[in-house]
Amino acid sequence: MDSVILQARGLTRHFGGLRAVDGVDFDLKAGEIHALIGPNGAGKTTFVSLLSGRIPVQSGSIALGGEDITALPAHARVRKGIAYTFQITSVYPRLSVYDNVALAVPPEAGELRPAVMAALSRVGLADRAEQIAGTLSYGHQRLLELGMGLALRPRVLILDEPTQGLASGEVAGFAALVRSLVPETTVLLIEHNMELVMDLAQRITVLNFGQVLATGTPAEIRANRAVQAAYLGDDDAAA
Amino acid sequence: MKAKDTKIWIAHLAVLAALGVLLAVLPAYHATNLARILTLAVFATGYNLAFGYTGLLSLGHALFFAAGVYGAALPVTYWGLSPLPAIALGCLAGGGLATLVGLLALRTAGVSFMIVTLMFAQAGYLTLLYFGQITGGDEGLVMPDATALIPGLSPDTARAVIAFTLFAIALLVSLIVIRSRLGRVMVAMRENEERSRMLGYNPFTVKLSALVLSGLFAGAAGAGYALLFGYAGASFATIQYSILPMLYVLMGGAGTTLGPLLGTAAMFYLVDGAARITTATLLVVGVALVLLILFAPKGILGTLRERGARWIP
Amino acid sequence: MSFGPFLLLAVMESLVTAATLALTAVGLSLVFGTMRVVNVAHGEFFMLGAVLAWFVTVSVGGPEWVGFVAALALAPLGVAAVATLADRVVLKRLNYEPEATIVATIGLLYILQQAALTFYGPEARPVEPPFNFRIQFPWFGYSGYKLFVIFAAVAVLLAVWWGLTRSKAGLIMRATQVDRDTARAFGINVDRVYAGVFALGAALAAIAAVLIVPIQQAHYLMGGEPLLLAFITVIVGGLGSLRGTVIAALVIGLSDGLIAFFYSPTLAKILATLLVALVLVFRPQGLFGAKA
Ligand SMILES: Nc1ncnc2c1ncn2[C@@H]1O[C@H](COP(=O)(O)OP(=O)(O)O)[C@@H](O)[C@H]1O
Ligand SMILES: [Mg+2]
Repeated sequence: MDSVILQARGLTRHFGGLRAVDGVDFDLKAGEIHALIGPNGAGKTTFVSLLSGRIPVQSGSIALGGEDITALPAHARVRKGIAYTFQITSVYPRLSVYDNVALAVPPEAGELRPAVMAALSRVGLADRAEQIAGTLSYGHQRLLELGMGLALRPRVLILDEPTQGLASGEVAGFAALVRSLVPETTVLLIEHNMELVMDLAQRITVLNFGQVLATGTPAEIRANRAVQAAYLGDDDAAA
Repeated sequence: MKAKDTKIWIAHLAVLAALGVLLAVLPAYHATNLARILTLAVFATGYNLAFGYTGLLSLGHALFFAAGVYGAALPVTYWGLSPLPAIALGCLAGGGLATLVGLLALRTAGVSFMIVTLMFAQAGYLTLLYFGQITGGDEGLVMPDATALIPGLSPDTARAVIAFTLFAIALLVSLIVIRSRLGRVMVAMRENEERSRMLGYNPFTVKLSALVLSGLFAGAAGAGYALLFGYAGASFATIQYSILPMLYVLMGGAGTTLGPLLGTAAMFYLVDGAARITTATLLVVGVALVLLILFAPKGILGTLRERGARWIP
Repeated sequence: MSFGPFLLLAVMESLVTAATLALTAVGLSLVFGTMRVVNVAHGEFFMLGAVLAWFVTVSVGGPEWVGFVAALALAPLGVAAVATLADRVVLKRLNYEPEATIVATIGLLYILQQAALTFYGPEARPVEPPFNFRIQFPWFGYSGYKLFVIFAAVAVLLAVWWGLTRSKAGLIMRATQVDRDTARAFGINVDRVYAGVFALGAALAAIAAVLIVPIQQAHYLMGGEPLLLAFITVIVGGLGSLRGTVIAALVIGLSDGLIAFFYSPTLAKILATLLVALVLVFRPQGLFGAKA
């Protein structure tokens, strides 16, 4: 269980003078649920975008299962098993829910229809398969996005604030779903809901001003002074 | 799903059958018009694969059409190649140039893509003028008599048979493509490129495939047009011939398999009808473009699909 | 004529091209820079300017310069009016969506061409220059009017430059260019700015055309060439950058003329078009623009 599936070393990305991600070292262990937290603008989205290849790195390296993937384009990384769900929902609004998920099923996954329906059932959208995605409620679109991530059958699933916009009842279902994914899939979760993070994550990494402030178990993070000062004490984050 | 598939295939085969009957029974003048429409509809059907399904708005398809025109016309004129292999050559010429243009132009998107393709087509047109001794330039080349198209058939019949065959192949290939995995990914690129990339699809190869397919269609159409109507000229590479397929597709419905045919026919008879009452045919094209983009950007079939006929592919 | 004077003549001819090209291209560039609209009908605004200049000079009569001055005032106004109409009736309704506006301006191109063909006819007609003195160099005589064209174009460009950087209207325009929604939030009437910019861009093309008709003739198909050259200029200069556009106009006007002196003009055009395509592919910020 302790083998590292995704590793980053010295990962850096600046936007002009702004150090969005600044020399981050990071290890994701196979089969864990790992939460990434930090104040707004800390660089979380940029960091996972570097991992997924959506944004090219300026320096540093990324390895998946020991293989250097720093130079691989995003689509090739997805094929290697890194799936990414967008913070700002990004589905195909004019296609049906079914077609959205069908596009995510990899060509080698065998029969299409069972694969699609399985993914839809897991996120509870099976009865809406024929609906046009753009007409779904925001919460359902987030679930669809998650369903597309599942349909990819990734080794690493990166979720960028997946519970944003979900009703509280839906959050509980979401937590159960994420828990059911491990250990086959490794989950990297960006999340503002502290209760959920403490409940779900085996390990937590705190990012602040583009740098790693701390890494550890929920208990260690809760006890960490620097984290309390920078983040947990912040009213905004507690809300 | 299965019943819907059957319905779609029957609808397309019925359209082809109706066209075949029309070609057989119409008087010669109208049959020739229909052959012209079918050949241009091949061009539009190819344009639709790039523009309608993949969202690639090219202003350079005249280049691929002209590649087909000359890819067929030069070997026929200078080496006496027979027409059918010449059409195959023209088709390949269109696809080949589309590959070259795509490799460069697809590094850009949106407005830049439109301008880059426009510029390549313009360079192609100027090149045809530059080699005017061979290509005939703006004057063009008059091709050998169409009687020889298919030995044993009258010119009118041969023309009808070739035009029909080209269109039938184009329509069925386009239907197969858009119902294949590639076709679904093409639509995905049009709808949301970033999402598609993050589902593991390489935008560049998908768009290049669509453009090359589209170029093959344009090349076949150009070759057919030159041979069936006995003329090849540099004017086929002018911007006008990039605008025409766009207009046909917009009119009939971008992203529908039968829209290009419908749009080509509608525009053809609109211009033809206008030519009877006025000399201002350019006006018809201009006004049609403006009105379509303003009031019916989805075209005839696209609007029908939106109003309930969701099964239209 | 020996080589030196020959080169001088070539440079002076090229400067005339460069001057009118700069006017036309700056018009195109302003419209693209502010509205993100690629106006394919820009060449037709140029043509319309030339054709209107012919109508005005023919109907005014009197000494040549009177008709010319009238044309220089009225033709751009007429063209600006047509442009405003097109903006209101078509572009605004498309919400300035880039690809839709290209299709629409292609339609406009055909409509304007047809209008010119119908009302003006297929003939090419000259407009008399306002004055006819020649400047005598030691080696050759040169048309004083062509020198006037260069100076007039520079004057107009300076006026535009001043208007953009020093006046309130220019400030409002630049604010709109940066962010349409923010500008609206600050109470700027974006619709009026857009209509104004589109009219100004068209008027600049028309001014260039009025200046050029005494040298070239007015014809309903004359818009293609300036459109292509203006496109090339704007792209090489960096889309939307005015300074880049003016520099590019100078370089292209000079090289186009100079290359044409030594090679076949068609070859020069092929190379120029390919160059533009490659610039857009590999250096989208233009040859003279800063890296984005
Ligand atoms: N494409 C970009 N260009 C410029 N700045 C950016 C870009 N993306 C993010 N940033 C900036 O980088 C910082 C980190 O952003 P982000 O990674 O989205 O933070 P988080 O997800 O932790 O809220 C922010 O200050 C943001 O404004
Ligand atoms: Mg974020």
